Amino acid sequence: MNRTTLAITLAAAVGFSGGAFAQAKEQFVPANFYWVGPYAPGGSGIAGGMIDYFKMINARDGGVNGVKFTWEKCETEYNNARGVECYERSKKHPPTGATLIHPLSTGITYSLIEKGTADKIPIVSVGYGRTDAADGRVFPYIFPMITTYWSQNTAKIKFMGMKAGGMDKLKGKKIVNLYHDSAYGKETIPVLDAQAKIYGFQVTHLAVPHPGNEQQAQWLQIRQIRPDWVILRGWGVMNPTALKSAQRAGYPREQIIGVWWSGAEEDVIPAGDAAKGYIAAGFNVSGSNYAVVKDIEKHVYAKGNGEMNDKSRVGSIYYNRGVVFGIVTVEAVRKAQERYGKGKSMTGEQVRWGLENLDLNEGYLKKLGATGFMQPLKLSCMDHEGGGQVKFQQWDGTKWNVITDWIASDQSLVRPMIEASAAQYAKEKGITLRDCSKEK
Amino acid sequence: MYSLVALGFVLIYKASGVFNFAQGAMVFFAALTFVSLVERGVNFWLALLITLAVMVVLGMAIEKVVLRPLVNQPPITLFMATIGLTFVLEGLSQLAWGSQPHGLDLGIKDVPMEWLAQSTGMFISQFDLFASGIAAVLVASLALFFQYTRIGRALRAVADDHQAAQAVGIPLKNIWAIVWAVAGFVALVAGLMWGARNGVQYALTFIALKALPVLILGGFDSVLGAIVGGLIIGASEKLAEVYIGPMVGGGIESWFAYVIALLFLLVRPQGLFGEKIIDRV
Repeated sequence: MNRTTLAITLAAAVGFSGGAFAQAKEQFVPANFYWVGPYAPGGSGIAGGMIDYFKMINARDGGVNGVKFTWEKCETEYNNARGVECYERSKKHPPTGATLIHPLSTGITYSLIEKGTADKIPIVSVGYGRTDAADGRVFPYIFPMITTYWSQNTAKIKFMGMKAGGMDKLKGKKIVNLYHDSAYGKETIPVLDAQAKIYGFQVTHLAVPHPGNEQQAQWLQIRQIRPDWVILRGWGVMNPTALKSAQRAGYPREQIIGVWWSGAEEDVIPAGDAAKGYIAAGFNVSGSNYAVVKDIEKHVYAKGNGEMNDKSRVGSIYYNRGVVFGIVTVEAVRKAQERYGKGKSMTGEQVRWGLENLDLNEGYLKKLGATGFMQPLKLSCMDHEGGGQVKFQQWDGTKWNVITDWIASDQSLVRPMIEASAAQYAKEKGITLRDCSKEK
Repeated sequence: MYSLVALGFVLIYKASGVFNFAQGAMVFFAALTFVSLVERGVNFWLALLITLAVMVVLGMAIEKVVLRPLVNQPPITLFMATIGLTFVLEGLSQLAWGSQPHGLDLGIKDVPMEWLAQSTGMFISQFDLFASGIAAVLVASLALFFQYTRIGRALRAVADDHQAAQAVGIPLKNIWAIVWAVAGFVALVAGLMWGARNGVQYALTFIALKALPVLILGGFDSVLGAIVGGLIIGASEKLAEVYIGPMVGGGIESWFAYVIALLFLLVRPQGLFGEKIIDRV
């Protein structure tokens, strides 16, 4: 074989293998999370849960109809600029670009709304993000799934009403909304103000500057206000600091209700005894006694392939939340394949259809081994939220105990607010509303 | 509490004329090392001793690897080196011990003393008193050390002029190694106090940023200034948050301290207790 023949043969081989690579049955999902910095406990736990779920699906089922999941990690540090950079880096990854993105930051979600829409890549913000994006007619590629902040907030007020003996008993009560001074923290102010008018309670919003490790002034104000409830809308170090400050201010922890980003083990353990009795909302629960988690242990950890260095975190709130992220991602791809071709890699646009037609009912969750692990979920073109329920859990000093069943949010209040806010956004941006009756 | 962190800055500045940006990372590194050892079953006092040894070795290593090659360089060069050091220490801490937050119980109650709360309405805990006591002891010890010991005087000479100090026979390498080791000890104390209050986690590094207005107010080279500055900044930012905050939407304490420092700079650039620098032109 002379040199020319060899070169041609090699080129053909490379071309063939390249072509084969392009045809590889893979589904790429960016893992744009954070493993360092002040919010690393949340980022690393959720990333671990999601990636482990993909590993389990690949190992147990060979992927979805033979299409295996791949991922690439990008460190966002919970920083908007870094989040956008990671998005740009991952959006064109072979074979079909990013399937969808979990930005894991309300700020980054806001930064990606227009980009994701233009690039036809779904931005999935499970339990965070821009609430009015639940109106899929205005935000076709944004999915604030499962339960939005506004829905959660109405469930919290409902919980307070239950504790008070009825919603009418909330009249004259005082509530302090202690929030992280960021896009995330401010998200629920409008709905709380609206509910205060409806139920006649008094709400005071107190901002805590980033990162939240100094709160003496805020708790001094809380002491003066003497509220019946404090809503803790924290993130990272703000949460244990709030609980410790509450203890120092003599405020009962049983009257503090945290958002789900304030309700993980990492939020209460650093506070020690000060966290006992504290209540937090959740759209997923902790524990490894679920079939889905056991499958991860069997197919991933038993083979020494787990993502978490500290295996004791498997089954924690953040880890399980990451598994929920994994479930909705995998099932959206599966749904998309049903329409666009089983065994094919799906594009972002196709996965968007999969998300809008996702129906994770009780029976389906049972098949996934996730009964009680997460709530049933049904999305549509109109409704990108899909769930809207909340469970409440209480910290006993060593573990979270679920103290309620799923509590439905007040959609009669939330949905009109979502549509009004989305319509305002559409007007500002000159967006024509999609006609959902034409979406099949 | 702020003063405990500010003390570490003053120490380095007094001895080398460098603003050590890495002091916050040192606080984090010390606290994380200590709590990780305790969680692995090491006895409290032994863990304290090991962490102290680690901080002393770290201080000496910083002198040898980072500072020694930069002797006689302008202060801004040394300052930039400490910024780089910050990132190295933050990364190293998380690489070695992970990024999970930890609780730290020093066995001192952090709940308001009931009798005091009832009689005066003031919510002060045993922990507050303990932290104040620690700060007072550290200040007194450092003040005596700088004023009356041979090494202390040598440190001040080095801060004034590296070359002149070397010329009169002061061993610069040893002096810097000592002072960085002592700064490591101060970082450990500050880390334990802040860690016990808010948990040991990455956010400890941000506390260092609060020390900057404290130092501007009190004077970069004054141990007493660190204490007085800490008290003034701590009290004024809290009062501002309570009384001015509601008028402007709240959340102002993070930057209000810098406003005070800025105003103070205009009136008294050297700080309350800082040494006034007069240059011959």
